[in-house]
Amino acid sequence: MSDQVINPAIRPVFTGDPTHQQDSTGEIHDHGHHEHHKDNFITKYIFSQDHKMIAKQFLVTGMFWALVGGMLSVIFRVQLGYPNQAFPILETIFGKWAPGGIISPDFYYMLITMHGTILVFFVLTAGLSGTFANLLIPLQIGARDMASPFLNMLSYWFFFLAGVVMLTSFFLPDGASDVGWTAYPPLSGVREASPGSGAGMDFWLIGMTLFIFSSLLGGLNYITTVLNLRTKGMSMSKMPLTIWALLITAVLGLLSFPVLLGAAILLIFDRTIGTSFYLDNIFINGHALANDGGNAILYQHLFWFLGHPEVYIIILPAFGLVSEVLATNARKPIFGYRAMILSLLAIAIIAFVVWAHHMFVTGLNPFVASVFVFLTLLVAVPSAIKVFNWIATVWQGNIKFTPAMLFAIGFVSMFISGGLTGIFLGNSALDIELHDTYFVIAHFHIVMGVSAFFGMFAGVYHWFPKMYSKMMNNTLGYIHFWITIVGAYLIFWPMHYMGLAGVPRRYYSFDAFQSFNMFGSLNEFITLAAMLVFFAQILFLINFFYSIFYGRKLTTANPWQSNTLEWTTPIKAGHGNWPGDLPTVYRWPYDYSKNGDEYIPQTTPLREGETGGH
Amino acid sequence: MSAAISNHNRFHPLKFALWLGIASMIMLFAALTSAYIIRKAQGNWVDFRMPALFWFNTIVIVVSSITMNWTLRSFKRFKVNACKIALAITLLLGVVFLIGQYFGWQALNEMGIYINGNPSGSFVYVISGVHAAHIVGGLIIMLIILLKMSTTPFNPNRLIRVELMSTYWHFVDVLWIYLFIFFQINIF
Repeated sequence: MSDQVINPAIRPVFTGDPTHQQDSTGEIHDHGHHEHHKDNFITKYIFSQDHKMIAKQFLVTGMFWALVGGMLSVIFRVQLGYPNQAFPILETIFGKWAPGGIISPDFYYMLITMHGTILVFFVLTAGLSGTFANLLIPLQIGARDMASPFLNMLSYWFFFLAGVVMLTSFFLPDGASDVGWTAYPPLSGVREASPGSGAGMDFWLIGMTLFIFSSLLGGLNYITTVLNLRTKGMSMSKMPLTIWALLITAVLGLLSFPVLLGAAILLIFDRTIGTSFYLDNIFINGHALANDGGNAILYQHLFWFLGHPEVYIIILPAFGLVSEVLATNARKPIFGYRAMILSLLAIAIIAFVVWAHHMFVTGLNPFVASVFVFLTLLVAVPSAIKVFNWIATVWQGNIKFTPAMLFAIGFVSMFISGGLTGIFLGNSALDIELHDTYFVIAHFHIVMGVSAFFGMFAGVYHWFPKMYSKMMNNTLGYIHFWITIVGAYLIFWPMHYMGLAGVPRRYYSFDAFQSFNMFGSLNEFITLAAMLVFFAQILFLINFFYSIFYGRKLTTANPWQSNTLEWTTPIKAGHGNWPGDLPTVYRWPYDYSKNGDEYIPQTTPLREGETGGH
Repeated sequence: MSAAISNHNRFHPLKFALWLGIASMIMLFAALTSAYIIRKAQGNWVDFRMPALFWFNTIVIVVSSITMNWTLRSFKRFKVNACKIALAITLLLGVVFLIGQYFGWQALNEMGIYINGNPSGSFVYVISGVHAAHIVGGLIIMLIILLKMSTTPFNPNRLIRVELMSTYWHFVDVLWIYLFIFFQINIF
C-alpha cells in the first residue's frame, strides 16, 4: 500500500486528500483506510475534486469563452470591414447597440474590451493553464491528485463565478466595460467617463478579482503538487517539459496576479470612495472633478507589472505542450532538454523586468527606456534557443503528422513570425512610430494569441484520448488546421503593413482619415478571413463534442506510443489514476528511437550499461 | 508500502502551499507600498504623523503573536485547556487590534487626513485596510478552530491546522510591523 505524502499522524486532517478517493467504477485504490463513499452525479460531474474532471471543466468553460470572445471579434470586424454599412440583422440581434443595423461606437468599444479580457484571461490563462495543469501535472509526475483537490475545485468555481459576472455585465442597461482590456484610468476610474465606465466597469472589476483568486488558488496548488507529490524516481531532471512549463507558469502567476489585485484595489477606491490614486485634474461635461493629486501612469506601472508576465503565463504552457507533442511525434528525443528548462527559467525571470516597454510613449525617461529596451531584447535569446531546439527536434525525425503534430509545427511557425516583430517593438525609438498601431495588434495576436491557441489545439488533439477515452476525427482535424493557419496569417499579416503606415488601433472607423482610406478593401479582406477562421473553429467544436460521444473508442492505453506516465494509466483512469501502486520512474521522458527501440516509457528500468540521463 | 515514502515527507504540502500564498500576499503589499513610493516621488504630498494609537495596536499584535506561539506549544504538549485559553486570548487581541485600527483611522480623520484627500493619507487608509482584511481572515480561521476545540474531544491529528494558523498569524503580524515602520519612515 502506498501512501506517498501524507504523514500518517496527520492524515485525517487532510480532507479531500486524493488517497481517500475512489474511482468512478467504485473501485478503491490503494490506501490504508477505507471510506467507501460513492460518487453521485453532483460530486462526479459538478463539484468534482478529481483533477481530470476539473481539467475537463476548465477546458469546456474555456471553449465556451473562446466562442464568445471570437464571436465578439467577428462582430467588430464587420464594422471595420464594412464601416457604416447597414446590416439589419445586427439591429434584430443587438437592438439599441446597433441602431439601423450599424454597430454603435459604444458597442464597438464594449466588443473590443470584452474580446481582449475574455481571450487573455478566460481562454488563454484559465482555459489553457487550467486545463493542462490540472490534467497533466498529477498524471505526468505520478500523483493520485493535486496536493489539495478541494482548493483545486474552489479554483474552478471562482473561475466559473468570474465568468458569470462577466457574462452578466453584457446585459446591463449601459452594457459591459468599454474602457479597453487594460482598464486604464481615467476612463476606468471615473464612472461618468463612458457608458461602460459605470456598472460595466464594476462588474469587470468584480469578475477580475474573482478570477485572480481562482488563478492564485490554482497556482499554489500546481506548484505544491509538482514540488511535493512526484512519484519515486521522478526527479526534477526527469520531468517532462510540460510540467516544467506549467510549474514556471504557476510561479509567474503567483507573483504577478497579486500586483494586478493591488492595482484593482486602488482603482476600486478611486471609483467608490473618491480617493485620488490615479485621478487628477479631470473635467467632465464642463465641470471639474474633486480628485486631486493622482497619477494615471501609476496604474500602468502596476498593470504591466502583471501584464507582461501575463503574456508569458499564456505562452509558457504552450511551449511545454508543443515540446512534448513534437518529440513524441517526431520519434526523437527533445533537443537540448536542459537548455529548454533554462530558457524557460530565463524567460520567467526577464518577464518581471520588462514591463515598461509597454510604456515607451508615456513620457518615460529615455535612459530608463534604454534599460528596458536592453532587457526586452534579451528575451529574444532564450526564445531563439527554444525555437532552435524545436526545429532540431523534428529535424530528420520520423514525423507522424497527426493533427496535434501539425498544430505543434504551426505553433513554431507562428511563434517565429510573431517573435520577430517583437524585436521591432522592443526598440523604444521604433516603438514611438509603431505604438498603438495595427503593427502591435499583428505582433501580439500572432505571437501570443494564435500561438497559444495552436499550443492549446496541439494539446487538445494529443490528450483528447486520455481525457475521454475516444479518438477525435483526423480528417476534420486536418481541415481545421489548414484553414486556421492559412486564415490566421491572412488576418494578421496585412495588419503589419497597415501598422507601418500608421493606422491606429482601437479606432471605430477610418472614414474621416484620408490617409487610411486606401486600406478599406484590405480591412474588408481581413474581416472575411476572420469569419472563415471563426467558422473553422466551429468545425473543431463539432469534432470535439461529437468525438466525446461517438468518437472511435480507444483500444490501447498508449495511442501515440509516448513515454510519459499518463499513458501508463488505464484507458479509463479512475480517481486516483493508477489502480495499483504508483509507477516508479527510471529514465527521462524522451527516450525515443534509442538503441533500436522506437520508444521506452519512463517506467522501464534501465538496462545494463544504460544511463537514465539525457 | 511503496518506497515512495522515502522520497517525500520533506515538508507538508499544505504548509508549502501556505508559504506560496504568503509569497503572493507579499507581492500584493510590495505592489501597494511601491505604488506609494512612486507616487510620493512626484510631489503634491501632504506630510503628517501617524497617530500614537497605532503604536498601541502594534504592541497588541506583537503580543498576540506571542500568545499564538503559546497556543501552538500547548497543543504540541497536549495541554488542552492552556491551548484553548491561549487561542482565546490571541483571538481577543486580534479583535482589539482591529478595533484599535478603527480608532486609529478615526484619529487620522480628526487630524484632517481623509481617505479621499491627498493620496498620502489615502494610501495609509487603503493599505492598512487591506491588511485589516487579512487579519479578519485569520480571526475567522481562529474562531473556527477554537469552536472545534471546544466542541469536540482533543485530537492531536489537528496539529497541522494549528501550525498553519500560527504561521499565517505570525505573517500578518510581521506584515503589520513592516507597514508600520514603512509609514513611520515615509510620512514622518
